[in-house]
Amino acid sequence: MDPNIHKPMALQETPVILPGHDFETVTETIAEIPLSKRFPLGWVGFLLVSLGLLGVLHLALGYLVMTGIGIFGTNQPVGWAFPIINFVWWIGIGHAGTLISAILLLFKQQWRMSISRFAEAMTIFAVACAAIFPVFHTGRPWLAAYWLFPYPNAMGLWPQFKSPLIWDVFAVSTYATVSIVFWYIGMIPDLATLRDRAVSKVKARIYGMLSLGWRGSARHWHRYEVASLILAGLSTPLVLSVHTVVSFDFAVSLIPGWHATIFPPYFVAGAIYAGFAMVLTLAIPVRRFYGMESLITMRHIDNMAKVTLATGLIVGYGYTMEAFFAWYSGSPHERFMMWNRMFGQYGWSYWTLIAINVVMVQLLWFKSVRQNTTLLFIMSLLVGVGMWLERFVIVVTSLANDYVPSSWAHYSPTIWDWLLYAGTFGLFLTLFLLFLRFVPMISMFEVKTLLPQGKIKADH
Amino acid sequence: MAHTPETSPGLHGVMAEFETGQALVDAARKTMGQGFTRVEAYSPVPIEELNDIIHKKRTVLPKLVLGGGLTGMATGFGLQYWASVIEYPMNIGGRPEASWTTFIVPSYELTILFSALTAAIGMIVLSGLPQPYHPVFNVDRFSMASSDKFFLVIESTDPKFSEATSFLQSTGAKGVYDVAE
Repeated sequence: MDPNIHKPMALQETPVILPGHDFETVTETIAEIPLSKRFPLGWVGFLLVSLGLLGVLHLALGYLVMTGIGIFGTNQPVGWAFPIINFVWWIGIGHAGTLISAILLLFKQQWRMSISRFAEAMTIFAVACAAIFPVFHTGRPWLAAYWLFPYPNAMGLWPQFKSPLIWDVFAVSTYATVSIVFWYIGMIPDLATLRDRAVSKVKARIYGMLSLGWRGSARHWHRYEVASLILAGLSTPLVLSVHTVVSFDFAVSLIPGWHATIFPPYFVAGAIYAGFAMVLTLAIPVRRFYGMESLITMRHIDNMAKVTLATGLIVGYGYTMEAFFAWYSGSPHERFMMWNRMFGQYGWSYWTLIAINVVMVQLLWFKSVRQNTTLLFIMSLLVGVGMWLERFVIVVTSLANDYVPSSWAHYSPTIWDWLLYAGTFGLFLTLFLLFLRFVPMISMFEVKTLLPQGKIKADH
Repeated sequence: MAHTPETSPGLHGVMAEFETGQALVDAARKTMGQGFTRVEAYSPVPIEELNDIIHKKRTVLPKLVLGGGLTGMATGFGLQYWASVIEYPMNIGGRPEASWTTFIVPSYELTILFSALTAAIGMIVLSGLPQPYHPVFNVDRFSMASSDKFFLVIESTDPKFSEATSFLQSTGAKGVYDVAE
């Protein structure tokens, strides 16, 4: 139904899809990109930069494996640092993709359809980047597998199931698997479209194999819709559980500033906040570069900015409650932790994150800001920085100055910490650029369901 | 050749092409009303009504997923119980070996993992996929079924198949084609 039907003129919103589209133009616009022979110069340029960064990742990992984790700045008392900060940051970003594809599907938010495919791609690639850190912070991961995964090994040892760290292994690996499955299933009908439209035999073969012989029969679609709904229903509690379990890594410990019951919802909101900002970071240039403004409209941009604002406010509430609990606990260690965060050796990072995540985000109340894509793009990058700093503040300030002053120290990352982090951007961007070029970046069949051609009158 | 050439080679059925989803649904309704039984509809977008009109049967997939989820939960809990209590008991801060509350998260995750895999694999297998060849692909126009055209097929196994072509022509189809086997 037209969502504007009951609204007075003044409140009517930009349509989800701009007028002038029918089934054929939707297919044409989207399928043209993976099927064309052309490799746009801008795309090739970005790919080269990304591949350069990917090289940096290989360099950092190679040096890490040869030398050991001593190349990082991580040391006592700050025994957790860049690897977990970057892990939490990347995995948090992934959450927006699942929110868009699963939770908004359950709520029948039709605007999600244009952005769900590449938000899901973003999720998978972000989780891939995140996984590098817990795997490689062990130094030589093949020697660590026995305490990460339950498999029968020669030593007869089993993982310690009472630890949140092992819960995290289960949560993240399930999340990665289910996200990939959901993404692939969602792509099958569109891969069939590419198969049917491909001029080159080789492409028709490849897309044909990937589409599994999909025909779009009534039976196919019926099962498909049931499966999609079930997958959405399963992904919803899954995505909420992932960052909850990530927050348990901290909350179950006894470090001041970590041992807090507010962590699960506060982490989940922060994840969605950073994730939506990342979707904006990607969507704004992509829609312009590929001329997708009629499919990813200002309505999408506006809605995503609103979600960023809403989750940003929850994050702001989290900061307030952290400070309040520290005071209300009456514990001198908790109170010191909060004071130290604000005015201690890393005070600058706390105030920068407040400036971004609490102050700057208020600009999103204004429609003129939400409609200004250049400004939004810059803000979305800053939100990424702000959320990275949030994890830095939580991890590092709590460990650098905990209970006993004699064990306090200053932590600073090494060049290898930075190179590994920069390298994961190479992995992320390379995968994302390949995705844009070789699979339909927008779900064609879902967008078509929004058009009158696919609508069926109720039978009476 | 041993037998005389046939006028119509082995047919999978007759296919009619429509411009809109509405036309396809109307035609499907008429077709079923005429007493045809071996019918299938093809569309570029999901149309819920078609399954209700033609097949009148809902998939068993949700039940399979429930089974998958329960299996996952039992696997997760069983694995942890067996590893922590029977195979490799270890005293962690004096907690009981079978401290079931700490087993919740992995059991929960495996419930979701098994359910999701059942849903995905179940959908594919129940639909008979992967199936690289199907007679409908022999019709050139059918390549539009994944873009913007809608198709209805009456299969040759239908007892009333002899009437199929003339009936489909009367439904206002844009074109009616034979589907080679």
